Amino acid sequence: MDFDLNEDRRMLQDTLGRFLREQYTIEKRLEFAQSEQGYSSQMWQQFADLGIIGALFDEKAGGYGGHGDDLMVVFEQLGKALVVEPILSSAVLSGTILSSLNSDLVEQIISGQTQVSLAHLEPESRYDLAHISASAVQDADDWVINAHKSMVLGASSANRLIVSARTGGEANDENGISLFLVDPMASGVELRSYSTIDGYGAADVFLVNSPAQLLGDKDKAFALIELAHARAIVAICAQCLGACEVAKDMTVEYMHTRKQFGVIIGKFQVLQHRMADVLIELEQMRSSIINAAGYLEDGRILREKHVSAAKNLIGRAGRQIAEEAIQIHGGIAMTWEASVSHYAKHIIMIDHLFGDTDHHLERYIELN
Amino acid sequence: MDLGYSESELAYRDEVREFLATRLPKRIANLVKNGKRLAKRDYEEWQAILNARGWLAPNWPKEHGGAEWSAVQKHIFEEECCIAGAPRILPFGLGMLAPVLMKFGSEQQKAHYLPRILDGTDWWCQGYSEPGAGSDLASLKTKAERQGDHYIVNGQKTWTTLGQYADWIFCLVRTSSEGKRQEGISFLLIDMKTPGIEIRPIILLDGEHEVNEVFFTDVKVPVENLVGEENKGWTYAKYLLTHERTGTAGIGFSNAALAHLKSIASTQMKSGRPLKQDPYFAARMAQVEIDLEALKTTNLRVLVQADSGAAPGPESSMLKIKGTVIRQEINDLARRALGPYALPFVSEALDEGYNESPIGPHYANPIAAEYFNNRKLSIFAGSNEIQRGIISKTKLGL
Ligand SMILES: Cc1cc2nc3c(=O)[nH]c(=O)nc-3n(C[C@H](O)[C@H](O)[C@H](O)COP(=O)(O)OP(=O)(O)OC[C@H]3O[C@@H](n4cnc5c(N)ncnc54)[C@H](O)[C@@H]3O)c2cc1C
Repeated sequence: MDFDLNEDRRMLQDTLGRFLREQYTIEKRLEFAQSEQGYSSQMWQQFADLGIIGALFDEKAGGYGGHGDDLMVVFEQLGKALVVEPILSSAVLSGTILSSLNSDLVEQIISGQTQVSLAHLEPESRYDLAHISASAVQDADDWVINAHKSMVLGASSANRLIVSARTGGEANDENGISLFLVDPMASGVELRSYSTIDGYGAADVFLVNSPAQLLGDKDKAFALIELAHARAIVAICAQCLGACEVAKDMTVEYMHTRKQFGVIIGKFQVLQHRMADVLIELEQMRSSIINAAGYLEDGRILREKHVSAAKNLIGRAGRQIAEEAIQIHGGIAMTWEASVSHYAKHIIMIDHLFGDTDHHLERYIELN
Repeated sequence: MDLGYSESELAYRDEVREFLATRLPKRIANLVKNGKRLAKRDYEEWQAILNARGWLAPNWPKEHGGAEWSAVQKHIFEEECCIAGAPRILPFGLGMLAPVLMKFGSEQQKAHYLPRILDGTDWWCQGYSEPGAGSDLASLKTKAERQGDHYIVNGQKTWTTLGQYADWIFCLVRTSSEGKRQEGISFLLIDMKTPGIEIRPIILLDGEHEVNEVFFTDVKVPVENLVGEENKGWTYAKYLLTHERTGTAGIGFSNAALAHLKSIASTQMKSGRPLKQDPYFAARMAQVEIDLEALKTTNLRVLVQADSGAAPGPESSMLKIKGTVIRQEINDLARRALGPYALPFVSEALDEGYNESPIGPHYANPIAAEYFNNRKLSIFAGSNEIQRGIISKTKLGL
């Protein structure tokens, strides 16, 4: 057994970590998040040029990584800087699907030229990947889609959308879901763009009789959608871990400097113990992600069990860590000025992406 | 033992309900129920309505225009107001300053300030905390030096809630650096329009301007604005902390928040049925409801005892801790209930006039922000760690 990163991944980690520490300060991050576009095009291109996007694809697809540990290494660093560029939606969610289908869009994604966004869940789906009621009908050689897709990450800047829709089956069937490529400029496509409370760009996407092109096999897309989400969950869990580490470091540092009653607050045993628990939970988080990343290329049940385990654990531990970080900082953590507040917001809101603690607990029980 | 309200308490509750049904403006109740921003005038409008009825100051004696209600009546009132969607009554003038003035203020101060608090002439804010003095309030440094008929005040207060609206601020200031730290603190009333005062906003993590920093540079305050005796301010501030206890547990707020949570959980769908029927979510809701039901009784037990003249004790610390933990848990569940639609946040949608269609369910927008904002509950008004310290010291002798 070996839990160490190999040489290549250590380099990837160091390069990305250094780049982010130097170039992606919290001030810049807030500026990017609050800008009209919601992220920085320049940063986006730099991530591509640094090979960060390529690291998320395997060699067959033209990348140089693409395994669980690559996702883990990259997203842990992105989480440490609260990076808002839509790497997750383009390279992981859409990238997994497109590379499995040998799409030539992958090359453009890796180079940073193209962004693709996956529009899958709907207002009624909650977190259920099979609960899809959008419809696609064939019209001669073309397909036409009607859909309302919710909380589509990275949608506003996407050059292409991957949209799921029913070509058969009932609202909850895994069978009968197909994927389509849609041009966001095409007729009938409308975006309602917004920012999430933790500063990430998303949109509700409406399609009314919009032209679309079938991707992969008709009716059989569920397995691929599930795989894309498994990989996205590993990524977002690692992102959460990175954010939690920073929140922990900030809190410990504050405990060393903030004085009340004539001593640093780090001297209060009750706070010491709670930070000790935070540290334990961080290690648990890391281990659960190692498990999920390690089984990512195994059979479905094994893979999904560990994916759900990680997402459940991260939801619980994340809440604890974010809430402790705020509480132990006291009033100052309640402010926009204090960067720890932005970390706390992101850590908490990750529970709302790709299934929360309860969803994955239930799923874990079912898979077991 | 008798768990029910008495005949007269029930009659009183009906009277309160009737009043709220007819006098609470629908416009304001809708803002509150939909988690929208309240403007200064919204608070003022509601307080004027309550004042006209003589209900604005439940715990003031009648001689000063209060309602002089029993603790149980106050409890009923709070519960009904919250459920009806009444704005909270800001405590600074009514609940914090007034009791101190009544007990320690001069006749002149009482005659001048109390009516102005009631009729809304003066909006008060609380100037206790400083950057270096949070939990350790006695370490405060803002200095007031006596010069003839004035104090000259220099220093900084922070976290001043809604200070941007305030006409006056009541401050704890240092008038002596000799002896015990607590014995050099005085209680001073300062007009916010005095030259030398500068107020700067602090934006909270949800983007809201709720608190402020207040800077004092050579601010001249007439000596008659001193409350009670010089260097006795700490005693007055402590009196205040143990005096106002009905609202500590925040039962009314939790009650209303739980009702809201239940309505969300009955419209949100999971696996083809309402979320409230989902065993995982139902268990979480039941758990917090069980805690809240018990706390209601704990709260009433404390209140009834206080009514019969029992000395105030660390019970208020218990109520504060459990009350805030429960409220925060309900906020957490509301956020969970929304699923992915907890994420979108449109700040402008919190404004009264906003009329674009909502993203996701109409109740979704403020929910996550409320969860984050209410993390303050366990930090302010004596952090929960400080309260636990009080309990273990005074109740357990540790
Ligand atoms: C939204 C908001 C509104 C506020 N409004 C007002 C207002 O209107 N007027 C006003 O005067 N103040 C106000 N406050 C200030 C509030 O009272 C302080 O935040 C509070 O006293 C805590 O102080 P602090 O934030 O400096 O935290 P600190 O005192 O620095 O505490 C940091 C951490 O250390 C812990 N800690 C401190 N001492 C001990 C100990 N002895 N043992 C164990 N743990 C300890 C605390 O519990 C906390 O977790 C407000 C605060 C907030 C957040």
